[in-house]
Amino acid sequence: MSAVTSPARPASSGISARTINRIVIYGLLALFAIFYLMPLFVMLVTSFKTMDEIQNGNMLALPQSPTIAPWFKAWGETCVGLTCAGIKGYFWNSIKMVVPAVLISTLLGALNGYVLTKWRFRGHTLVFAMMLFACFIPFQSVLLPMATILGSIGRFGVSLQNATGFNFGLGNSTVNLVFVHVVYGLGFTTLFFRNYYEAFPTELIKAAQVDGASFFQIFRRIMLPNSMPIFVVTVIYQFTNIWNDFLFASAYAGTGDVMPMTVALNNVVNTSTGVVEYNVNMAAAMIAALPTLIVYVVAGRYFVRGLMAGAVKG
Amino acid sequence: MSTVAETQIKLTPEHDARPGASVRSRLQDLLPKIVLAPSFAATIVFVYGFILWTIYLSFTNSKTFPSYDITGARAYQRLWRWTFESDPPSSWYTSITNMGIFGFLYILICLALGLFLAILLDQKIRGEGVLRPIYLYPMALSFIVTGVAWKWFLDPGLGLEQTLHQWGWTSFHFDWIKNKDFVIYTVVIAGVWQASGFIMAMFLAGLRGIDGEIMKAAQIDGATTFQLYRRIVIPLLRPVFLSAFIVLAHLAIKSYDLVVALTSGGPGGSAWLPSNFMYEFTFKRNEMAVGSASAVIMLMTLTAIIVPYLYSELREKPR
Repeated sequence: MSAVTSPARPASSGISARTINRIVIYGLLALFAIFYLMPLFVMLVTSFKTMDEIQNGNMLALPQSPTIAPWFKAWGETCVGLTCAGIKGYFWNSIKMVVPAVLISTLLGALNGYVLTKWRFRGHTLVFAMMLFACFIPFQSVLLPMATILGSIGRFGVSLQNATGFNFGLGNSTVNLVFVHVVYGLGFTTLFFRNYYEAFPTELIKAAQVDGASFFQIFRRIMLPNSMPIFVVTVIYQFTNIWNDFLFASAYAGTGDVMPMTVALNNVVNTSTGVVEYNVNMAAAMIAALPTLIVYVVAGRYFVRGLMAGAVKG
Repeated sequence: MSTVAETQIKLTPEHDARPGASVRSRLQDLLPKIVLAPSFAATIVFVYGFILWTIYLSFTNSKTFPSYDITGARAYQRLWRWTFESDPPSSWYTSITNMGIFGFLYILICLALGLFLAILLDQKIRGEGVLRPIYLYPMALSFIVTGVAWKWFLDPGLGLEQTLHQWGWTSFHFDWIKNKDFVIYTVVIAGVWQASGFIMAMFLAGLRGIDGEIMKAAQIDGATTFQLYRRIVIPLLRPVFLSAFIVLAHLAIKSYDLVVALTSGGPGGSAWLPSNFMYEFTFKRNEMAVGSASAVIMLMTLTAIIVPYLYSELREKPR
């Protein structure tokens, strides 16, 4: 839709009314931009201030003598619970969890979408609907059984460890979280690829079949090379969601060295012993935000497209 | 649209006589289902099976550990009794009242603000490409992160109140985050901040999809800008309103880290939503059956909103 411009009016009053109109619009837009940017600005500015400046200065003022010491302290020294080795370990925990979870769930989503659009069978809509509904459940309704199952898998891992000297990753928190995120991310990834492949010309696939191409050959040679945009959308969406997850992380890896970044950050911020070092807290928060922030800055367009695809279903 | 699977069978009508080839071609026919099976099975077990398991647990008297003796609807009876226990408020009463306040204001303000910003941005704005990502970025960050800043900003001793005092407005008071009657409204503010930009993007996409001819015709008929939006544009955006409502309702019911990061539950648990209630009762207070019952109630609320929507979405396009 094009913008609504008022039809030509007598020039004398028309121009000034229009100018005022534009000023109001730009003013409002700028005001809201400030509203949205404010928390990030406060976080960024505070993370470069000394404690002295925070206690005596203004929240919104720029740092007088910028220091990156809080960032180093947050990364390597700050206390998370009782251990004071910074948040770096938890950052890597998150990376180790996110990368496999995103890759596996995206690949499975691509295969599912391929089957659900190009190799349809009776009841394919029902299968899709059931997987789609899984995206929307409050995860509280599966939290407890999953905790029970992960608990028994962990115990099995321990006995396996005793018997064979190796637990095959059973009971490892990172493995658990990867598993959980793959299972509960499948609905979204399948949705994305299904909707994308729906518009993909079926004639191409028929032609390839006539030429004797197999199921996987068609997927690899025809579908995959043409799926780049939806791969980017899905990977970004999954990455953001899994990195930002707090509920599963706190339920299944809520204490000790195995915590992902979000849980560790929450612990850092809510530790109430001694003087609260706001600059270190803000630096820790910035570090936790950095991966998703970078992804957003570099490929925000795709992120929005993913959000939209998740919102407008079917 | 005819399916490929059918076509393929027509292409090779007789499974030929050699047994090896027949097994192989049958395997080829089954392959798509084999590929889909693990995902579907995982969904059946880990979503639907686990939901049934949670429902089962809600009818037991599980405390710290799950117990599997059915003892009836005691957990639901307790929740029902707590629903009316308003003085002093039970945790459940607080949680569902908060859900009502939060859900209503969050959805309403996000819709209004989202539409408003989308209309403003649609006035041929220079710098739209800069403003849009600014409005939308909160959705990309975890609220555990941005909550740190919000908590600080809302803290009367550090944030907004302190800043305005320094600027000379010493009578200014803003201590909602410490006040058990008002803390839920700070959750609304932060929630709106996070999601309204995304709703704006949905409305903007809707506005851009409206046929320009309709607008021109209305303008020629002498409609004012306000009339144009009220009578023509907003009615045309109805599908977007519906999608946005579904998205917001679903986000509102699932909101969990918002309350944790912003208030750690608020003074005396006064900022709890049902999601926090469930987590606390299950994992902290060792009332697993009650926690499960509250999870079931959350699920049923969400199902009542989502299922009719999904049904209409998936049915409209029979292909």
